[in-house]
Amino acid sequence: MFRQVANRLLTRSTTTYSAATIRRPYSTEVATDAAAGDSDFVESWKKVVPNIDPPKTPIQYMKPRPPTPSTLPSKLTVNFVLPYASELSQTEVDMVIVPATTGQMGILPGHVPTIAELKPGLLSVHEGNDVKKYFISSGFAFVHSNSYADILAVEAVPLDQIDPAQVQKGLSEFTQKLSSASTELDKAEAQIGVDVHSALNSALTG
Amino acid sequence: MAMAALRREGRRLVPLVSSPRPINAIQSTLAPAEEQVGLGVRSISTQIVRNRMKSVKNIQKITKAMKMVAASKLRAIQVRAENSRGLWQPFTALLGDTPSVSVKKNVIVTISSDKGLCGGINSTSVKISRALHKINSGPDAECKYVVLGEKAKAQLIRDSKKHIELTMTELQKNFLNYTQVSVIADDILKNVEYDALRIVFNKFQSVVSFLPTTATVLSPEVVERESEAGGKIGSLDSYEIEGGETKSEVLQNLSEFQFSCVMFNGVLENACSEQGARMSAMDSSSRNAGDMLDRLTLTYNRTRQASITTELTEIISGASALEG
Repeated sequence: MFRQVANRLLTRSTTTYSAATIRRPYSTEVATDAAAGDSDFVESWKKVVPNIDPPKTPIQYMKPRPPTPSTLPSKLTVNFVLPYASELSQTEVDMVIVPATTGQMGILPGHVPTIAELKPGLLSVHEGNDVKKYFISSGFAFVHSNSYADILAVEAVPLDQIDPAQVQKGLSEFTQKLSSASTELDKAEAQIGVDVHSALNSALTG
Repeated sequence: MAMAALRREGRRLVPLVSSPRPINAIQSTLAPAEEQVGLGVRSISTQIVRNRMKSVKNIQKITKAMKMVAASKLRAIQVRAENSRGLWQPFTALLGDTPSVSVKKNVIVTISSDKGLCGGINSTSVKISRALHKINSGPDAECKYVVLGEKAKAQLIRDSKKHIELTMTELQKNFLNYTQVSVIADDILKNVEYDALRIVFNKFQSVVSFLPTTATVLSPEVVERESEAGGKIGSLDSYEIEGGETKSEVLQNLSEFQFSCVMFNGVLENACSEQGARMSAMDSSSRNAGDMLDRLTLTYNRTRQASITTELTEIISGASALEG
């Protein structure tokens, strides 16, 4: 009887979710890689609780990254992820320019491994003659030695979807709030608003 | 003979019915109804069976409706959970996965649901949390709980009340989004001292399969310690740090960001698993209600026919007594 239930649910799931999402691959990337997981963990688990199966860990759900190649790769593999979507996933590009807190940083294949903190600003992805520009709120960027770049941001908007009039309005509003702010918290919030809006402004114009 | 058959079938029904309580209650009160037949009360027992049938049919309707609701909620949230899966992968690629790290202050963050009737996923999470607690508490290591969700709170409060630091419920009342989760993460980071945070949740693999998972987030000091000691995070030193004043400031931000990202994914996956588990629990419950309804219909017909036969034999024996 349970087999029928399972079959029925599975066939329903395949027909209902067939038109679903771009990110289908992840749900099938389970339990194939690093299948044993962290062996120390499994050992210590079995010693204390032999009856229950140990839980899985995130590394078992991930495709392993390729090791550092000996020759310089020609393309940079970029993963640009947001909480709501993976904008770019394993996309091969020529160059990426990220707004690090120390200024705009260009990442080319063969870049030195880096952990960069990002500030609100312009992110541009260069592929051949194609340039895609996004405005991102802050985040992090990791560059690995195998020419993989991971860019994580909390929010990202393609530049053409930003309304310049709103940006100006926001900028003046926050500058006013900053000058009239009394508590430290208010001042900090207003300062953040001013920073973001001025970055938006310079991204739109520059 | 009818009684014995029903009792036999009733016993077979018991292991199949898992969560829905009302069906068990009905089944246990069925036996007394049968005994009343033996005492010679005829029409009342068909009434009782009819009442049982009505309530079982209502339960079947309700569970079917709950399954539809869970299916539609699952569709909506599955898309978001799959989209958020890219978020934690860069961290694992950078820092590796270290569930076996041994530190002094462990904090176990258990993610569970607020509503019930979702199968065994909350009990699984609590079992795993308790086992992790057992592994990680020792003479020089302490282990505390942070509980998200009503169900795990109810279970953990029974025996580990003094280890619970913080509880949060009603997460899904407002639409789950990253801002809400980062506020929660901020709350936890501010109020709880930790060296390692272990997040326990059920990862959604498919509609019928949910894998209990634990993700480990280390505090910046432990990350530095582990990277110096070599091992999995050993290559962290080869990374240049851009931005911020000092390396430790960037690592601090990194660790906090990692925690909120992993929590966001964990909360979404757990919500998905909850809806999927509820769907299959309600599905098996309506199937069981259907089976029970069939059996009750048979009993009803049997009882009805037996009472008709009894009346007929009375009349006939009365008539034959009058004649001869």
